[in-house]
Amino acid sequence: MIKKIVSLGHGSGGKQTRELIREVFAGNFGMSEPLTDSAILNIACERIAFTTDSYVVDPLFFPGGNIGKLAVCGTVNDLAVSGARPLYLSASFIIEEGFSLEDLEAVAVSMAEEAQKAGVKIVTGDTKVVEKGKCDGLFITTSGTGILPAGREYISTGIRIRPGDKLIINGPLGNHSIAVLGARNNLSFTTTVVSDCASLNNLIESLCDKCSEILFMRDLTRGGLAGVLNELVQITGTGILIDENRIPVDDPVRGACEMLGFDPLYLANEGKILIVAGSGTESEVLKILRSDPLGSISEVIGEIIPDARKRVIMNSVTGGKRIVDMPSGVQLPRIC
Amino acid sequence: MILTETHMKYIDEYRDRDLIMKLAGQIRRSASGNYTFMEVCGGHTAAIRRFGIPSLLPENIRLISGPGCPVCVTGTDFIDKAIRYSERSDVIIATFGDLLRVPGSESSLEKMKALGADIRIFFSGLAALETARLNPEKKVIFLGIGFETTAPGTALTVIKAAQDNLSNFFVLSAHKIMPPAMEAILKNGTALDGFICPGHVSVITGSSIFIFIPEKYGTGCVITGFEPVDILQAILMLINQVNRNDPSVEIQYKRAVTTEGNSLAQGFMDDVFEKCDATWRGFGLIRSSGLALKGRYERYNAEYEMPVKTQHRSENELCICGDILRGLKTPDECPLFNNICTPENPAGACMVSNEGACNTWFKYRFA
Repeated sequence: MIKKIVSLGHGSGGKQTRELIREVFAGNFGMSEPLTDSAILNIACERIAFTTDSYVVDPLFFPGGNIGKLAVCGTVNDLAVSGARPLYLSASFIIEEGFSLEDLEAVAVSMAEEAQKAGVKIVTGDTKVVEKGKCDGLFITTSGTGILPAGREYISTGIRIRPGDKLIINGPLGNHSIAVLGARNNLSFTTTVVSDCASLNNLIESLCDKCSEILFMRDLTRGGLAGVLNELVQITGTGILIDENRIPVDDPVRGACEMLGFDPLYLANEGKILIVAGSGTESEVLKILRSDPLGSISEVIGEIIPDARKRVIMNSVTGGKRIVDMPSGVQLPRIC
Repeated sequence: MILTETHMKYIDEYRDRDLIMKLAGQIRRSASGNYTFMEVCGGHTAAIRRFGIPSLLPENIRLISGPGCPVCVTGTDFIDKAIRYSERSDVIIATFGDLLRVPGSESSLEKMKALGADIRIFFSGLAALETARLNPEKKVIFLGIGFETTAPGTALTVIKAAQDNLSNFFVLSAHKIMPPAMEAILKNGTALDGFICPGHVSVITGSSIFIFIPEKYGTGCVITGFEPVDILQAILMLINQVNRNDPSVEIQYKRAVTTEGNSLAQGFMDDVFEKCDATWRGFGLIRSSGLALKGRYERYNAEYEMPVKTQHRSENELCICGDILRGLKTPDECPLFNNICTPENPAGACMVSNEGACNTWFKYRFA
C-alpha cells in the first residue's frame, strides 16, 4: 500500500483542503458544522487571559508525547500559570509537502485527547502546506484564551512576593529534554526517560482554589529552572537561595546529564512549574500538589531572600555556595 | 521528607558531604607549606569549579588549570579549515557540540550553520560514519578533536570506514596527546608541586605514560577521578608526596585506571595514527604531540584528499588564553573576562568550551 501523504494540493484551498480539515482536524477536535471563518465564544467575565506559542520539535514523536500533545499542554499551561482557567484554543498547522497523513492524524488525535483531559476546546485553526524542505515536517501554533478569576491578578506579575516566601516545584527536572534528545539518532544514546509533557491546569486550579497564598507561577520550559529563577529575581528585585540537595532529578536524567555535560537546572520541562507560596503555607501547598499524580514528587527547593544584587544562589551538594546564572545559548553536548 | 532520595552508584558516594568535610580537614592539617597543583584536564577544571572545591581548601593550596581542554588548545587555523570545508555544498561537517561556538579568525561553525552550511552535532565518530553511509552523494568530514580519550573512537571509526570501503568519509584530525604538553609546561618553568592527572586519558593509556614526570622533573602525579571526593583525595595524596619529598605516579582513580590501560583502544590508535608535530593554542608548536592518520589511511584524511588553504591570523592581543593554558594566569586576571569576553560572545576558546577555564569560572561564580 502506498503511504498516504500531504501534498501541495492539500493546501490549495480546494476540495483536498476541505477534506483534510474535516477528516483530520475538525472531526477529531469536535468542531461543529458549518465550519465558519471565526469561532464565536461565550465568555462571561471581566478578565480574559490570552496567549500564543509556536511548537517545533525534533523528532515530532518522542517517548511521552508528540508535537500535538506539546502544543496543547504548552498553551494550556501558559494560561494556567497566569492563574487563568483555560477554555478555548486555536491550532494552526504548517505542514511540509510529503508529510505522512497517518502521522498527521496521530498528532490530531493526541491533541484532541489532551484537550479533553484539560477540559479545553479547540475551536478554530488553519492549515498551510509548504514545499518539501521549507519546514521540518510539521510546525504547530496554538493560541488560547481563558478567564482570569477575580483575586488572581497578581500571580503573573509576582508583585506580592516578599523575602521568606517559599519556592516549590512539582517534580523532577529535565525529563522532557532528555527524552527528546534520546529520541534523536545522532547522539548515540538511548534512554528510558519519558517526557513529562502534561496539562497542569487541573492541578493548578485546585491549588489556587484551596490556597490564597499562591504568589507566582511559571512553567519551566525553555531555559529550565535556572531561566525562570533569574527572571524572577529581576521581576521582584530580591535574591533567591535554593538547595541543590532538594531539587528532584530522576536518576536516568542525572546519568544522561553527567554523560553529556548538561546541567538539569537548564533543561526544558513540559509538565513542571515553579510556584512561589507565602511563607508558612508551603506544607499545605505540598500536600495539595502531592495528592495529584502530576505533583507527587513536589518539593520545596528554596526561598526568596533579600539581596540587592538580585542573585540566584545555590547551596551546592558539597556545601559551597555558587551563583546560578541565566542560561545563554543552547547547551551543547561535550566532547569527553 | 525527600521523596526522590535515591542513590546513584559511582556518583553519590563520591559527593558525600561528611566525607568531603573529613578530607578537607585532613588537607588543612597536612598542608604545612605552600602548594601549587595543576589540574591538567578540562573535566577537572569544570568539576573543581562546579563543586566549589577552592572554597574547601586553605589559602596555601593553589589550583591552576592546564592545557587539557581539547577545544581550548585547538588553534584558530583548525576552525578556519573546518569553516572552509563547511562552505562546500557537497560536504557535511560532523562535529562534537563544544566546537560549534569556537571563534575562528572570521566566523564560527555555529554562524556557518545559521548561514546554511550542513553542520551536524554527534557524540561519536561512529554515528557520523552512519551519516556518511546514508548520504553517499555527500562527503562527511568528521572533526577529530581531543586527547587519548577520544582518539581511539576516531581510530575505530576510520578502521570501520576502511572495512566497509566507504569513500565519502573523512577525518580532519586535531587529535593530540597529553604528556608532551605537560612536559612543555615543566620546561617553560611554570612552578608546580604536582599534577592532578587526567582520569579519562589514563583509562586508555594507563598510568605508565606519566612516569617520566617524577623521574625527569621531580614533579608528582596523581591520576584522579571527577567527583569532589576524588579531587580532594588526590590533593591530599599530592600534599603527602611533597611533604615526604617522594614524587611519584599514584592512581587515585582506581575504579577506572590501571598501569597498562586499555590495550584494545591503544591498538586502534597505533593502527591508525602516527605522532606528528602539532600547534597548541598558547604553546605554539610542540614536537610529536599530535596524531595524524598513517599513510595507509590517507584516503580518509580530509586534508590529503581535499586540501584547503587558510590564512593565519593572530588572535585578540588582550586575550590571555595562552597564559591560562600554560598555568601562568587565572581567568580573573584577563582584562577581557566578563566584560568583552562572555559565554555569549567569547573572545578566546577558554570561554567557549564547557571545560574551558574561563567558561567554568564564569558559570560557577561563588557567592
